[in-house]
Amino acid sequence: MKADEKVTVEEKLGLVRFKHGKESHLSVIAEDVCVRCEGKWCTTICPAHVYEWSPEQNKVIVNWENCLETGACITGCPYANIQFQYPKGGKGVEFRYG
Amino acid sequence: MAEEKFDACVVGAGPAGIAAALTLARGGADVIVLERGSAPGTKNVMGGILYRKMLQDLVPDFWKEAPIERPIAEEQAWLTSGENVVKLGFRSEAFAKEPYNSFSVLRARFDPWFAQQAEKAGAMLINETTVLDVIKEDGQVVGVRTDRKEGDVYADVVIAGDGAISWLSKKAGLQPDRPFPAEHLVVGCKEVIELPREVIEQRFNLKDNAGMSIELFGDVLRGNAGYAFLYTNKESLSLGLGVMLNDLMRTKQKPYELLDVLKAHPAVAPLIKDGEVREYAAKMIPEGGYPALPHLYGPGILVAGDAAMMTNAAHREGSNLAMEAGKLAGRAVLEAKARRDFSAASLARYEKLLEQSFVLKDLRRYRKLPHFIARSGEMLTVYPAMANMLAERFLTVSGMPKGEEQLAMLKEMLRMRPLPRLIGDTWRALRAML
Ligand SMILES: Cc1cc2nc3c(=O)[nH]c(=O)nc-3n(C[C@H](O)[C@H](O)[C@H](O)COP(=O)(O)OP(=O)(O)OC[C@H]3O[C@@H](n4cnc5c(N)ncnc54)[C@H](O)[C@@H]3O)c2cc1C
Repeated sequence: MKADEKVTVEEKLGLVRFKHGKESHLSVIAEDVCVRCEGKWCTTICPAHVYEWSPEQNKVIVNWENCLETGACITGCPYANIQFQYPKGGKGVEFRYG
Repeated sequence: MAEEKFDACVVGAGPAGIAAALTLARGGADVIVLERGSAPGTKNVMGGILYRKMLQDLVPDFWKEAPIERPIAEEQAWLTSGENVVKLGFRSEAFAKEPYNSFSVLRARFDPWFAQQAEKAGAMLINETTVLDVIKEDGQVVGVRTDRKEGDVYADVVIAGDGAISWLSKKAGLQPDRPFPAEHLVVGCKEVIELPREVIEQRFNLKDNAGMSIELFGDVLRGNAGYAFLYTNKESLSLGLGVMLNDLMRTKQKPYELLDVLKAHPAVAPLIKDGEVREYAAKMIPEGGYPALPHLYGPGILVAGDAAMMTNAAHREGSNLAMEAGKLAGRAVLEAKARRDFSAASLARYEKLLEQSFVLKDLRRYRKLPHFIARSGEMLTVYPAMANMLAERFLTVSGMPKGEEQLAMLKEMLRMRPLPRLIGDTWRALRAML
């Protein structure tokens, strides 16, 4: 990927190495809270675009495989509606430069 | 996991944890380090500029063997406004020579080396182990619970060096067990962009592996309080930004889109042209400062580094504070070990040591800074814009007599920021730092 190419965040994340376990280390606690949430901040603050609002499904989709483990979502959700734990030891993102 | 009981269990193999482990191992203590990554550094991101002094105290002449990128010989600050930029800079031949002042580093390369120094001194490093909680007996922390089978580890003292979110210090009761407020957090993201060494040296006017650091302020951050950075590595550039989480929530801008704005800026784009992006990374920086410091010790536990909010936003310092605090934590534990007393009263020595060092002195001096920065998104746009306006008018030969031009510049300045606010801003900025 060239530095001056216009790419999506998903393409950026394609450059990152992950070692995933089978289970998600994060989840939305109560989906109806998201429906009423006026800001849907999780969909904009997360630098890995893990959270995506789906109007069709009327819920937040959690792309946990993209997670860079910043923890921004646990503060960024004003309703404390996101459950975030670190992945199991040795799993998750693996930066090669950092 | 391990049957024996350790003198100390360090959680996190970052600068804080490793500095503590190294100090302890050298002092003859039995120390175990638990790290959740598959190796030290795999979870860690920084700009990153590493200052020489604190590491040199631990590993003399480390630059001769450590995987650092470039010693920083020139530092620049760029004030952006639209497509314009006012550049300030300092270049030093002394910074380019031993013992140097600071270095660019890539944490996934640096951290494994630093951890090795602790291992060589006798510390035991266990990777792939996420610590879940502390184990307490009668209120005294006596070990940690990990996610491994039979994964309890016992030790006289636990040192929480677990970084920005620090669940451990929260679980241990050193700070409230809830997420940090958005005003205390910076979201950082960056790209590592590969370029041939000669191209980097040519574009940045560098030679003999010397490096440059550029920090960018103003418009390029689109009204979010924070700064962007461009650091030269050996054969790559680190380009990124850090902005306050409360501002990101307010402006609803996405961190990676801000990064794209930065990459497209006409002063930045030519520097990264034809580069190959190797990695995109993100991490948070805790910047609550002095008012947000947790309890630094409790019965059987100490906390150091990012886990204890030890960062200095005005000087992009974090890893050095973490190293110093880790070292002092190690020292305090060695003293406690000699006394065979791991009560809170005995470990209070750690806070005393921190108070005597620059760590708490600086944090206290800058105690008003985090509050100031969290609310400075607008100011951080207005003043760079003003600098650019003044520079542009000063340098443009318009045919207007200089006297009139100067008056017009003054008027424009006061239009951008009325006098009472100018004075108020200056006062608050000074108070935040002095
Ligand atoms: C974008 C960005 C730019 C920065 N730029 C600079 C800079 O230029 N200069 C500078 O000095 N500082 C900079 N910093 C700050 C610097 O990165 C931190 O201050 C520093 O890393 C703190 O060191 P630490 O050891 O306290 O924590 P960390 O380096 O975060 O280390 C914590 C370690 O603990 C491990 N861990 C966490 N939880 C657990 C658990 N439950 N179980 C087991 N292991 C765990 C982690 O995997 C990690 O290895 C920057 C930060 C960011 C995000």
